[in-house]
This record gives sequence, C-alpha cells and structure tokens, in this order.
Amino acid sequence: MAKTLVIQPVTRIEGHAKVTIQLNDAGNVDTARVNVIELRGFEKFCLGRPVEDLPRITPRICGVCPWSHHLASAKACDAVFGVQPPPAGAKLRELCNSIAYMEEHILHFYFLAGADFLLGPDADYSIRNVIGVLGAAPDIARKVVKVRHMCAHMLEVLAGKAIHPQAAVPGGFSKPLSPAERDQLRKNADEALELAKFSIAFAKENIFPKYLDVVKSLAVINTGFLGTIKENGALNLYDGKLRLMSSNGSYQDFPYDRYTEFITEHIESWSYLKFPYAKQWGEGFSMDIDNPKGIYRANTLARINVCDFIDTPLAQAELEEFRAKFGRPAQLPALSLGAADRAALQRRERHPVAGRSRDHQHGNAGKGYAAGGSRCGLHRGAAWHAHPRLHHRCRWSDHQREPDRWHHAQQRSHQHVGHASRQESDQRRQV
Amino acid sequence: MAARLAEEWFAICGGCEVTILDIGEPLLDVLKQVEIVHMPVIMDHKLFGQTGENAEMEIPQADVGLISGGIRSDEHKKLAQEMRKKCKILISLGSCACFGGIPALANQYSTDELLQKVYRDSVSTETNGLPCEQIPVLTDRVYAVHEVVKVDAFLPGCPTTPEMVANALLALLEGKPLPPLASKSVCDECPTKREKKAVSTLKRRFEPVEFKPGAPLSEMRCFMEQGFLCHGPATRAGCGGSEGNPRCIRAYMPCEGCFGPLSDKANPMVDMMGALSSIGLDPKQIPDRAATFNRFAGAGRLRPTPKR
Repeated sequence: MAKTLVIQPVTRIEGHAKVTIQLNDAGNVDTARVNVIELRGFEKFCLGRPVEDLPRITPRICGVCPWSHHLASAKACDAVFGVQPPPAGAKLRELCNSIAYMEEHILHFYFLAGADFLLGPDADYSIRNVIGVLGAAPDIARKVVKVRHMCAHMLEVLAGKAIHPQAAVPGGFSKPLSPAERDQLRKNADEALELAKFSIAFAKENIFPKYLDVVKSLAVINTGFLGTIKENGALNLYDGKLRLMSSNGSYQDFPYDRYTEFITEHIESWSYLKFPYAKQWGEGFSMDIDNPKGIYRANTLARINVCDFIDTPLAQAELEEFRAKFGRPAQLPALSLGAADRAALQRRERHPVAGRSRDHQHGNAGKGYAAGGSRCGLHRGAAWHAHPRLHHRCRWSDHQREPDRWHHAQQRSHQHVGHASRQESDQRRQV
Repeated sequence: MAARLAEEWFAICGGCEVTILDIGEPLLDVLKQVEIVHMPVIMDHKLFGQTGENAEMEIPQADVGLISGGIRSDEHKKLAQEMRKKCKILISLGSCACFGGIPALANQYSTDELLQKVYRDSVSTETNGLPCEQIPVLTDRVYAVHEVVKVDAFLPGCPTTPEMVANALLALLEGKPLPPLASKSVCDECPTKREKKAVSTLKRRFEPVEFKPGAPLSEMRCFMEQGFLCHGPATRAGCGGSEGNPRCIRAYMPCEGCFGPLSDKANPMVDMMGALSSIGLDPKQIPDRAATFNRFAGAGRLRPTPKR
C-alpha cells in the first residue's frame, strides 16, 4: 500500500528541514524530497531599516556563522557608501572571519558530524552524538571543548561579542586591538593550529580509511562548484573574486556585482528554500541525479576545488595529497568532511594576528554570501548529501536571496545613503 | 538520577544553542548530570519516529524543556504544545522565544506581503511558483512562545549568555528556583561617563565614536550623550555577565537592545523617546522608529500599518 514517511527533523544543522519519502503500492520509493520547512523573510523585513543597521540584523540569519553575514553585510555597506576600510579595519575584519572559521569548524567537525564517524552511522541516536563522543573519547572531547571555547573568547576580545557581533561598521571596525590583546591571541592561535594538526592526523589515521568505501559509493553525483579565490587563484575565505567551475573542471571568474548574470534562483512548490543554479551555463535547471543541470555546490569541498592552491604550506601539502587521491574537481559528496578539515587548517595556519598587508580593494557587497556560510553543518558527511541542493549553504531559507538585496542597495547607493529600501517612504513606520 | 532535558527550536538562528556550548569546560560537568532526550541541534531523535512512520509528532517526557525561537508556523504551534505537555518546566531561551526577536520584524507585514517579496519580487529569483505543499503554513505573525503556551522562565538575549544558561541549569539540577533576571537597565551597568546632557545632535551609527584607545571605558562619554542612539535606557541588563560591562559597549558600540524591554509591560518606544528628550535630543529625527525601538520585541508590539 502507498505510504508516506516523514523523517523530521534533519538534525545537527542550523535550519529546519525534513525528508518526505513517498512509497508506492509495491513498497518502493516513488519520490524522496528534502523539504526546507521554515521561512523568516529577511529579504522583506530588511527593507526600510537604516542601511547601517543591516550588519547587526543579518547575522541573525545564522547564529552558527554570524560572522559571515556580519562581514558580508558590512562590506555591502562599504559599497553603498563608496568607502574602503583603512588597512587596520580590513585586517581586523578578516582576523575575526578566520577565528570564526576555526570555531565553526571545530563545532562542525567534532560536535555535529564527528559522532557519525567516531561512533559509526549505525549507533543508536541516543549515543551517536557529542555526549557519546564525550564518553568514547573523553580526552579529545575535553581538548576540543576547550579550544572551541577559546576561539569564541578570542572573538569576544576582538569584538565584544562572538555571536551576533556589531563591531564591523560601514567603513571599518569599531574596536582597536591592543598590543597585549594581540600577544594573547597569538598564543591562542598557536593552540588552535596544534588542534588542527592533531585533527587531520587523527582523521587520516582513524576515520577516513574506515569510510573510504562509503565515501566512494554514497550519494555520488557530478556537479559544478562555486567559491571565492584571490586574484592569483589561491583559496580565499574572506574576500576576492568568485569562481564558477563546471563539473569537468573548466571555470569562469567573475566579480560579486555580476552575481545575477551568473546565478538565478528556482522555486519548487515543496520547499521554502529557493534553488540557486548557474544560469550562465545556459542548460536550465534539473535535479536529476544522473544528469543534473545548472547545479553547483558552494561549500568547503567547492572551495578547495575551485582554488588553484592554498598559500600556507601545511594546508597546501594536504591539498596536494587530497588531489592526488581524488582529483580536481573532487566530486564525491562525502569528501566534504575532509575538505572542511583542510580549509580550517589554512585558517589556523595563517597566523591570525599577523594578518596580511594586502590592501582590500573593493566593497565586496555580495560575495560574502557565496564565500561565507557553509559551516553550519550541511557539509557534514552524512546521507543528506544525496540531494545536490543541500550542499549549497547553511541557512537554506534565507541565504540565497540576500544578494538581491545588496544588488538594490548598490544600485541606489548614489542617490541615497539613508535606507536600504526602494520603497522606504511607503514602508517607513511613523510614530 | 539525571535530569531529563528536551530542546526545540522554532524561528531561530541557532545562536542560543551555540551559546550553550560557550559554557565551555563547566558544560562537561553539567552534561554528566543531564540526560538529553530531544535536541535537534546535537541529537538525531526524530519527531515522527526514527523511520518516520508515526502519524503524530512526539517528544519524550522531560523534566526541563528549552525552547528557542518565536512561533512562525502552525507546526511550531503544535510542537510548542507538545513541549508544554511533556516538560515539567518550560523555559524560553533567547530573545526570539521571549519577545519574537529579529524575525518578528516581519510582523510589520502580512504573510502575503512576505511571500510576495520573497518569491515574486526578487530580481535574483525566477517567478515560477510558490511553495505550498509538504511544508507548514506560516502563522499570521511571529508569536513569542508564552503567547501560545505557558512558559515558566525566561532567559533573554540575542543570543542569551552562557552564564545565564549555566546558572539556570545548575539551579534546576539542585532543585532551586531560577536566579531572577536583572531588573536594572543596561545603563545601570554601563561604565561610561554621563553628564545628563547631549554634546551633539543625533549622529548616524557609522560616524566616529570618541574614545581614547587603551583608556578604561569609564573615561568615555556616554554614547547617547555623544549623539548615538543607544538602547541602554530601555533594555534589561545582564548581557555582560559577571564581567560587568555590557557586551557591545566593550566593542565601543552602543547597545542594540537585544536583551529586550525592562518588563513585559514596558513600552520601549515611550521609554526611549523619554530618554532621548531628557538629554536634549530630538527623537523625531530618528527614522523607522517603531522597528528601531522594538527591534527585538516585535511579537505583540509590531503590526502592519493600516493601508491608507
């Protein structure tokens, strides 16, 4: 008899989703869909708010990756006002992004995805979680809890608040860094780098080999990839140009303000999430697993696929080893977990406090959205990767649409610096 | 015997859940005394049974229930009722659960207006349909959790603080009542210098704040008196925890009001207009006043403007 199964919620991600499976009379799967079941509507209620307030409204899109939204929004404001942060402001922003990246990857790798691997996918849910990890590997768990907490504290030192900060303001950063704070952060960064080195060694020895067969067979699909890179093609998590790579490895680079020429968003009747796809390829949109059209992934795996190299030595060595095994672009969805580890290594390796002397040339309005938020758990190496769209980004229901808002904000930047809205006069509330 | 804990999240960002992790190492000791029975952020417990065959959503019995996020869909409403039924003590975690939070800014618009913008009037989106099947129906507005079910305690903040969560959990484990929320305002905990007189007209938030880098905050002039809109006067204290200084003030930024109003009955708009006027600033110069003064407290306080 026909039957509907509802696997709800999809857990250990930020955001709400379920899987609806329709069985036919023979008991076989007729359709299987991942439904995103929430909508908050940031694209509506951001309109009409003072534009400089958006960097403190948009982080609330995701509390796991608030810094991505905060900084993308601040960069959009820079573009609206036509200003560039001074070098110290740009460095402080990037430093926060790097530390947030460390913190979030520890969260993802150990707290969210780790249990599936450490305790195995078949362990009961009551054990297969971070508390189970605590019981199975108490020393590692204690170390991980400590370093993640330390990273959150580093952000507090820099910005007052680790979650939903407001320190990045249009044109710069509100809080200076004292020499004493900098010296403390250097020590913390060293400790985080040690954890990154330990993690990748531990996973390469104990985790990855055990699941290689699963990795090679689970939810295999060929798609394109999108990520940010520096002008010289190096991995870049904070800034830079976008690279859209086809499944065969060919690619096009474009600046953030050409987003709408390359990407558009499709709507399905069964999900609040929109489905961004590469309209630039001209092949339309299809989620046929065997022959997907327009589908690209933006995430950790995407980042290390699109970049030509990583400009820190330890991460570059790992990247080379990874590429020797899995090629470029690496397509196997379950590789995301390892990719996350490599990208995180780069962040910790780049001594956060040293920063870089490179000047930041642009306002960078939309690109943070493409580069940002994949850290919330969707790239954990679990079965959800069966669905290509799930690779996209963290906050399914809200992420995708924001570039639209920035697009308008930028278009309007010359006439008005007051409000983000096109219809501000209609929408502004009067007392 | 370990206390049983259930957690659910509605219209959320997940920041309050991360805040629980920010308790740090003491969390490990708390966890030893707690048995988590349902918590989507860390645990794979499913609402319709692990294989999705049940007809009704079910949450196991628990001693303590935490809910983050405001209520935005019919399903959130049902889940809130299920949580109330199964949990002896129910706590609203974070400003979204307590007052609607940022998502309740949507209460200025009808659900139709929201959907219209998202799926019809967006330059980056095709207009090929509207989500309508297999998904929950949005409620007419965002509700605070206690507008729908009885809530026993509130831990406000966007996000709330690790210290408040830890103190609440420890009190519950020891069978004691929850520590009361601060009754003071953020201004009462703010170290900046106040002389009850503004030295400037109102400024935009991106204009430079005057302070001496490295000098203690107590040598800096109050934000509001420098002309910056600061929500401190109408916002509940507590974000600074035992360190004292409010979190945003530490970053040389004015308070944005994330701990919500001083009481359930308070009108932050009236309080803020009074505070501004009393130091010689003109509140009428502030654009977007309703949404600005109720930034985190839109559930029950923000509503669509009647069509003219």
